[in-house]
Amino acid sequence: MSNDPTHQFLVNKIVPIEIGGIDFSFTNASLFMVATVGAAAGFLYLTTSQRGLIPTRLQSVSEMSYEFIASMLREGAGNGGMKFFPMVFSLFMFILTANLLGMFPYFFTITSQIIVTFALALFVIGTVLFYGFYKHGFGFLKLFVPQGVPGVLLPLVVSIEIISFLSRPISLSVRLFANMLAGHITLKVFAGFVTSLSALGALGIGGAILPLIMTVAITGLEFLVCFLQAYVFAVLTCMYLNDAVHPGSH
Amino acid sequence: MFVTAAYAQQSTTTEGAEAHDAAAAGEVHTETGVAHEGEAGSGVFPPFDSTHFASQLLWLAITFGLFYLLMSKVIIPRIGGILETRHDRIAQDLDEASRLKGEADAAIASYEQELATAKAKGHQIADGAREAAKSKAVADRNAVEADLSKKIAAAEDRIADIKTKALADVGVIAEETATAVVKQLIGGTVTKAEIVAAVKASAGN
Repeated sequence: MSNDPTHQFLVNKIVPIEIGGIDFSFTNASLFMVATVGAAAGFLYLTTSQRGLIPTRLQSVSEMSYEFIASMLREGAGNGGMKFFPMVFSLFMFILTANLLGMFPYFFTITSQIIVTFALALFVIGTVLFYGFYKHGFGFLKLFVPQGVPGVLLPLVVSIEIISFLSRPISLSVRLFANMLAGHITLKVFAGFVTSLSALGALGIGGAILPLIMTVAITGLEFLVCFLQAYVFAVLTCMYLNDAVHPGSH
Repeated sequence: MFVTAAYAQQSTTTEGAEAHDAAAAGEVHTETGVAHEGEAGSGVFPPFDSTHFASQLLWLAITFGLFYLLMSKVIIPRIGGILETRHDRIAQDLDEASRLKGEADAAIASYEQELATAKAKGHQIADGAREAAKSKAVADRNAVEADLSKKIAAAEDRIADIKTKALADVGVIAEETATAVVKQLIGGTVTKAEIVAAVKASAGN
């Protein structure tokens, strides 16, 4: 195992596949996408298979995540937004599971790949755009024209609104990507200090205690970040969907 | 990369005197070289390595699409069904509970009513018994009193009889006494008729 903190983000081919000159290899990233789907769907499927009237602990975990997302979406986008529940629930569970799986040593963190988070963000924004124009036609463009703004300021405000809308997929994806990346690099660097200091003999082992404590503490913090980033992604998705359901209401 | 370099330096400084220094340093440098080579294959920071973008997008689309389908077709209807069943069941149980409460209230009301009726009946019975006992006592007393007064009357009759008899005897005794007295006093005899007349006269006084 290399001491290079970015080594963990390397994508390696497992099954090389090439279609039309484009590399579609099954990589370690693909493997962990499959693992994420398997773990999340398997957990939700198995814990709810009893359909218990009185839930077991694990069944209530599944129910709590369902109700958590349902209330988040209802608060964020109203009852009209509930048709997007499967999408927000899938996004939340997928990101949360991917983040948590990434916390295992030697596991690959798929949310630390900018292309993955960017694709998920584009999926959200694409849904907002598609549903907004499908439902409201050009009325969706009212989104960029806030009410009660003086006519002189209108061009400025509208351009700011458009820029902020266009920056959404970038901020949404970079936030998740950067948090996961930075957290894992920090963990790796501190853990690397422990091994390299303890190679220095007795004094080094004594000195390695501090980075070891830091590593443990940061691991705890990273679990929080894993949940928080999945939550933030879901909340922002709900807010953006609200724009598609009720444009011009802000 | 920073850590690797630091590690290399540390190994050099601490184990500098030792014989295998060169070998160790060489090993570390080789390792670093390999790591650099791995990165240098694309020459960019791994998450920004665009050579795998197509594969990542394809596999993300496949896996996430599958996940979305599983969620929307299987998991979400199932959990939604569980929660709905539970809400229905709770509402049903609440209805049942309020129905049972109503029944219990009705039972309590009827019980209290029966209790009141029974109390009233009890009072009635007690009153009747008391009345009966009272009237029987009165009747008994009257009977006893009547008996007593009859006995008293009989006794009085007897007393009167005895009295009259005694009084009648008084005349005879008086006559005899008077005859004896007169005989002693005057030594003569008095006719019985005279004595009777005299006794009558004194009794008449």
